[in-house]
Amino acid sequence: MWHNLGQLLRYRGLIQSLVARELKARYRGSVLGFFWSFVNPLLLLLIYNFVFTYLLVSRAKDIQPYAVFMFTALLPWTWFSSSLTEATGSLISGGNLIKKVLFPAEILPFVTILSNMVHFLLGLPILICFMLWYKVTPDWAQVPWFVVIVAVQLLFTAGLSLILSALAVHFRDVRDLVSNLLTFWFFATPIIYSYKDFPDYKKYFDWNPFTHLAISYQEVLFFPGDFGHWKWLLAMGAASVVLFVAAYWVFDRLRDSFAEAV
Amino acid sequence: MSQTAIALTNVSKIYRRYGGKQFSTLKSALLSGDLVRRLRPDETFQALNDVSFSVPRGSTFGVVGRNGSGKSTTLKLVAGITKPTMGTVQVDGRISALIELGAGFHPEISGRENVFINGIMLGLTKKEITKRFDEIVEFAELTEFIDAPVKTYSSGMYMRLGFAVAIHVDPDVLLVDEVLAVGDEGFTHKCLDKFGDFKRRGKTILLVTHSLGLVERFCDEAVWLDAGRKKAEGDPTRVVGTYVTDVARQEERFLATSDEKAKVEAGEAGQEGPVGPVAAEEHFHDMNQAGEGRWGSGGVEISGVEFQDETGHATQVFHTGETMRVVLDVKASAPVRDFVFGIGLFTTDGVSVYGTNTFIEELESDRFEGEGQVTLSVDSLDLVEGTYKLDVAVHRRDGSPYDYHRLLHTFRVKSRIKDGGIYRPKHRWEFSSDIRFKPPK
Repeated sequence: MWHNLGQLLRYRGLIQSLVARELKARYRGSVLGFFWSFVNPLLLLLIYNFVFTYLLVSRAKDIQPYAVFMFTALLPWTWFSSSLTEATGSLISGGNLIKKVLFPAEILPFVTILSNMVHFLLGLPILICFMLWYKVTPDWAQVPWFVVIVAVQLLFTAGLSLILSALAVHFRDVRDLVSNLLTFWFFATPIIYSYKDFPDYKKYFDWNPFTHLAISYQEVLFFPGDFGHWKWLLAMGAASVVLFVAAYWVFDRLRDSFAEAV
Repeated sequence: MSQTAIALTNVSKIYRRYGGKQFSTLKSALLSGDLVRRLRPDETFQALNDVSFSVPRGSTFGVVGRNGSGKSTTLKLVAGITKPTMGTVQVDGRISALIELGAGFHPEISGRENVFINGIMLGLTKKEITKRFDEIVEFAELTEFIDAPVKTYSSGMYMRLGFAVAIHVDPDVLLVDEVLAVGDEGFTHKCLDKFGDFKRRGKTILLVTHSLGLVERFCDEAVWLDAGRKKAEGDPTRVVGTYVTDVARQEERFLATSDEKAKVEAGEAGQEGPVGPVAAEEHFHDMNQAGEGRWGSGGVEISGVEFQDETGHATQVFHTGETMRVVLDVKASAPVRDFVFGIGLFTTDGVSVYGTNTFIEELESDRFEGEGQVTLSVDSLDLVEGTYKLDVAVHRRDGSPYDYHRLLHTFRVKSRIKDGGIYRPKHRWEFSSDIRFKPPK
């Protein structure tokens, strides 16, 4: 297993070019091209902002400016959810490669996560624009934490993706399960609302790993004051490492069955 | 580097089929509470059974065998795509596998980008690809189209590009799985030239193919796999020979059973009572259009038909130019004085190859009663390779049949020379002294 993990370094050139290919292929033939990476989150933001500032105003009015608040966690969520959806099916759709080319299979879910991460990073300028527009200034001393949060999220997503993609090879309905669960998960996570508004449910929120990522993003980028959630984030980071190693172990055990079962 | 490029030692490969059906559902697994059990195989299939062989460095090694004999599994094991269940596979040197050409191509991006990605997948570095890029594109004959997205390529272009990338990986060991079957004539020649070039440079080639001629011409050694077991190994001509003989034997059995089936069906039709003269006549008029079957008044019966080779052994597979004997067992319960024996030879698509009978050949019948045998000997069966059907009949001089077997008997002709048409006249070529050919290998 450790040997295989080491092998991954050798394949970084391949991962790099596959990510580049993924990005190129996605918008090939479209008029706006790469611009879609900006337009997609922008439209999402406008819709949610409209709904929650004009239609369902009940609690959102306490958090101002709501658009920026929501966007700080929505953007990473989009990365997370589309990574998970795509990665789950990645071994199946890349079956040709696994069966015909000598190829470490884990590259496929990693490539989907990384290419979605590029989209996420491309969405950041929009967030910055909105922050400038609404004159929200983060505490500069805390901004380096942002890198840590992204790293934790990357590891967490990678771990989950490894397990799900391996399972999906044997149970095709994992894909449908994941897409439905993600909808549920989205509303169970304080992204479009603040967890502070629902103190009664705090212990349920605490069980949701993405809560801690969302809160961390919000505290670092949106809310003034100290980053009080850092302990949770580091715990989450440690848990992600464990998850990743366990997931990689499972993936490694199932590896030999992929070429036959895909 | 050792002298052995590829070594398989007591390799077995067992494929597992999970859950019995192709798409297991998680729901059903959870409902029956046996998620873990479902991950265990409940059906197994042994693709390879204790196979050992080694390929010396620099040699070209052929693998032949029927479909499903484990050839491709062998190749996948050597390529490292799957692992053996038992035994070891050792490969010395860089491998490139021509198993499926262009397997990693992405349809939306250009040929140029695909060459780079495919090359990296096959183990080249970016620098190496840049260096070989022009050569690759030129080999694939795609200079004009290299910047078009791969989805616009024809299947031939796609395949050429895949082949060009794989072959320019410059491996020490090249694995080839039947890829030559799909190219056009010109490209196939180019590939063969490239293989020859490989050979000269002392690289190892493992070739899986159904083209036996290629194995005989090209390989230094060959192995024959059958149902996952090694049946023969060594000199390619000998291995191919034993393989072909076995295929012929199998075909014979197959022809025998299918003939048997046709006869049973024809017999069943006849059992509805003796076929009346009206029905017989109807058949008679469009004999050459009639489908397979058996009819006649039954005054003389052909109770058995057997094909024999020159030593009198029953067989249904002959080689061009061999002796074929058709032996009819006939019987007549009452004496008959008016009878004609005849045969008709057809290709499977119904073209009449030859037909004759004793009446045409001016033999006048005198008397027959009881049981007897009629043998028609063909001293030299000068037909090209293919499957042929035989009509046999005994009838009156006026043509009304006693017993007519229409297309019920089948035999195959095999030939090493793949000439065209139906009939191969005995022939030879002569050349004046300034026309020279290379001596046969």
